[in-house]
Amino acid sequence: MSSADAVAAVLWVGVTLYAVFGGADFGSGFWALVAGGGERGRRARDLIDWAIGPVWEANHVWLIFMLVTLWTAFPEAFGSVMSTLFIPLSLAALGIVLRGAGFAFHRVAARSSARRLSEAAFAVSSVLTPFFMGTVVGAVASGRVPIGNAQGDPVTSWLNPVSLVLGALFVAAGAYLAAVFLARDARRFGDGELVDYFATRALAAAFVAGALAIAGLFVLRDDARYLYDGLTSEGLPLVLISLACGLGALALLWRRAARGVRPLAVGAMVAVIWGWGAAQYPYLLPRSLTIEEGAGASGTLTVVLVLFGVAVVVVLPALALLFMLDQRSVLEEEVASRPAEPGLTR
Amino acid sequence: MGPELFPLAADLGAARSQMAFTLGFHIILACIGVAFPAIILIANYLGLRRGDAVALGLAQRWSKVAGVTFVVGAITGTVLSFEMGLLWPEFMRRFGDVFGLPFALEGIFFFTEAIFIAIYIYGWKHLSAWLHFWTGVPVVIAGLGGAWSVVAANSWMNQPDGFRLAPDGTVTDVNALDAFFNGAVAYEAPHMILAAYIVTGFLVASVYAVGMLRGRRDRHHRLGLLIPFTVAAIATPIQFAVGDTAARSIAKDQPVKFAAMECVQKTDTHVTEYIGGWCTSDGVKGGIGIPGLDSWLVGFSTDTKVIGLDSVPPEDRPPANTLLHWAFDAMVGIGSALIALGAWLGIAWWRRRDMPKTRWFLRATAVSGLAAIVALECGWIVTEVGRQPWIVYEVMRTEDAVTEADGVWVSFGVVLIVYAALGIATVMVLRAMARRWRAADEVDAPYGPRPASPGLPEAPA
Repeated sequence: MSSADAVAAVLWVGVTLYAVFGGADFGSGFWALVAGGGERGRRARDLIDWAIGPVWEANHVWLIFMLVTLWTAFPEAFGSVMSTLFIPLSLAALGIVLRGAGFAFHRVAARSSARRLSEAAFAVSSVLTPFFMGTVVGAVASGRVPIGNAQGDPVTSWLNPVSLVLGALFVAAGAYLAAVFLARDARRFGDGELVDYFATRALAAAFVAGALAIAGLFVLRDDARYLYDGLTSEGLPLVLISLACGLGALALLWRRAARGVRPLAVGAMVAVIWGWGAAQYPYLLPRSLTIEEGAGASGTLTVVLVLFGVAVVVVLPALALLFMLDQRSVLEEEVASRPAEPGLTR
Repeated sequence: MGPELFPLAADLGAARSQMAFTLGFHIILACIGVAFPAIILIANYLGLRRGDAVALGLAQRWSKVAGVTFVVGAITGTVLSFEMGLLWPEFMRRFGDVFGLPFALEGIFFFTEAIFIAIYIYGWKHLSAWLHFWTGVPVVIAGLGGAWSVVAANSWMNQPDGFRLAPDGTVTDVNALDAFFNGAVAYEAPHMILAAYIVTGFLVASVYAVGMLRGRRDRHHRLGLLIPFTVAAIATPIQFAVGDTAARSIAKDQPVKFAAMECVQKTDTHVTEYIGGWCTSDGVKGGIGIPGLDSWLVGFSTDTKVIGLDSVPPEDRPPANTLLHWAFDAMVGIGSALIALGAWLGIAWWRRRDMPKTRWFLRATAVSGLAAIVALECGWIVTEVGRQPWIVYEVMRTEDAVTEADGVWVSFGVVLIVYAALGIATVMVLRAMARRWRAADEVDAPYGPRPASPGLPEAPA
C-alpha cells in the first residue's frame, strides 16, 4: 500500500465518520422539519434538540477534516471538484451557514417568532445540505468532473440522474440513521410513545432509502458504468454485508427491539461507503485521475499520515470523553435562561 | 496559463471581494474564539479561588456568549474552507500540498477546541468545580495552536518557502515543514494572537463600560469591565513591540508592501515618515511629514535606505496605496490610543486602587472594543491588499489563481445578504441574552445544588 493509498484510506475514514455522525445530525434536522406542530411534534423536536446539542460542533469538524485532507494530499482533485461543482458546493456551504446559525440561535432567541425562524432555517437547510452533497458525490462518481479549473459542465455535471438519486439517498439515509438514534434516546427517557414515533419513522426512511438504493443501482448501470461494475465485483461483498445489516436492523426495528438496531444501522452505512470506495478504487475522479496521479508531494503525504496519528492519539480520547459524558447526561445546558416551558416530562 | 483562459476579469473582483468580506467577518469571531476562553477561565479561577459568586456568574454567562460566537465562528470558518477551492482552485491545485499542512494541524486544534468547549459549556451543572475549570484549559491551548497554524498558512503566502519552481513553473522539491516554518510566521502569528486578546478584551470591557455609563455600577459590572480590560491592557504594549518588529521585517522581506504602506515612491535614504495624507505618484500630499523618520524606523538611522515602489514595474505594485497607507496609520494610531487607555487605568489603580472616577474613562472604554476591531481590520487590509497583485508573493498572481466558474458575483451577493443577517442576528441574540439576564438578575451559584430543571428530566445513567 503506497502512502497515497494510505492517505486516501484516511480520507475515507473521515468520509465514513461524517456520513454516520454528520448524516445523523442532518437527519435529525429532517425530522424536526416534518415533526409538525402540536404536543407530540414539539416533544419530538425537544428530543432532537437535546440529542444534538453538545455534539453538533464535533460532528461538524469531520467536514473540515475532509476538505483539508483533500486539498493537502490531493490538490488536483480538490481544485477540479471545487471549480466544476461551484454551484452545488456553494449551495451546500450556504446550507451549512443557515443550519449552524439556526441551531445556534433557536435556543437563545428571545421572541417565539425569531425562534421559529431559526428552527425553520435549521430544518430546511438540514435537508438541502446533504442533498447538494449527494449531487456532488454523484457528479464525481459518474465521471463528470474533468481535471482542471472549471472544465466540467457547470450545470449538468450535478443535475443528472445519478446526482439526483444520490442526493435523495443522502437525505433518506441520514433521516434513517437519525430516527434510529432518536428512538434509542427516547427509550433512555422511558418515553414509549416517542420510541414508537421514531421507530415507525426509521422503518419508513429505511424503505425509502432501500428503494432509492435499488433505483440508484439501475441508474448507475446506465450512467456510471465504472462504479456499477465495481459495486458488483470488488465491492460486492461489502454491498451484501450492508444489505444484511440493513435487513437485520429492519427486523429488529419491526419488533421494537431494545438493543442491536444502532450497530446494525451504522454497520449498513459503513459497509456501503467502503463498498463504494472499493468500487471506485483506484480512481479519485473515475477514469480520469487515479489516487497515485492525483497525490501531492510524498513528503507532505508522510506528514499528513503522522498528523493523522497525532489526531488519533489526541482527538479520539477527547471525543470519546465527550460522547461518554453526553451519553451519561453529564452535559446539560441549564435551561433557566429560556422562558420556562414543559419539556419532555409531563 | 495563457491569458485566454481568464476571459472574465470581472470575476477576479468578485472573488477578491467575497474572500475579503468573509475573511474580514470571520477574523472578528476567530479573535473572540481564541481569546475569550482565557478571559472566561480567569474569571472562573478568581471565582473559585476567592469563593466569588460574582466572578463565577460572569464566567458562566460569558461561556454562554462564547457558545454562540463559537458556533458562528465555526460556520464562517467552514465557508472559508469551501472558498479556498470555490474561489481559488488554481492556487490550491498548484500549492495545496505545499501549504495545506498548517490547515491540517489547525484542524486538529480546532477539533480539540470544539470538543472541550462543548464539555465546558454544557458541564457547569454536573462536573465538579475544579474539574470543570480544567476542561476549559485545552480550549485556550488549542486556540493558540490553531491561530498559530492558520496564520502560518497566511504568512507562507507572504514569504513562500518549502518548494522549488522548475523552469516550466512546475512545483517541485516540496517540503511542507519548511513551508510551515516560513520566514514570516515568527512575527505574523504572535501579532495575530495578541490582536485577538486585545480585540476580545476591549470588546467585552466595552459592554460593561456602557452598562456603567447607564448607571449600573454594581460589582458585577466592575469585574466584568476590569478582568477583560486588564488582559487587553497587558497585551497592547507587547503588541506595539511585536508590530514594530513585524514592520521592520516587512521592510526587509516584502519591501514593496512596506513602500505601499508608507507610500514611498522612490528608493532613497532619509525618507520622510508621513502620517495621513493622500498617496500620489509624487509621494504623500497633505499628510504630516516627519523628515528622516521612516528611514530611522526601518534601520534606526536616517541613513537607512528604504526601497520604494519604483523598484518594481507598475503591474507588480499593490493597488489603492492611499487605502493601505491610511489602514496602516489607523492601526498604529488606534494601537497607541489603546496603550494610553490601559495606562490610564494602570496609573489610577497604582495611586488609588480604583478605576478612574471620570465618566470619560468609561466613555473611552465603551468605544475601545469597536476601535480595536477597526485596528484589526486595518491590519488585515495592510497584509492582504499589500501583498497584491500576488496570491503567493512573487510566485503566483491572484488573477492566475481564481476560478473560471461563472456566478461568483451571484455568490458574493448572496454572501453579503446572508452575512448581514448573520451579523445582525448574532448581535440581537446576544443583546436578548443580556436583557434576560438583567431581568432575572440572578447571579445564581453556577456550581450550587441543581435547581429543579424546567427542561428535560435526568436520563438514567
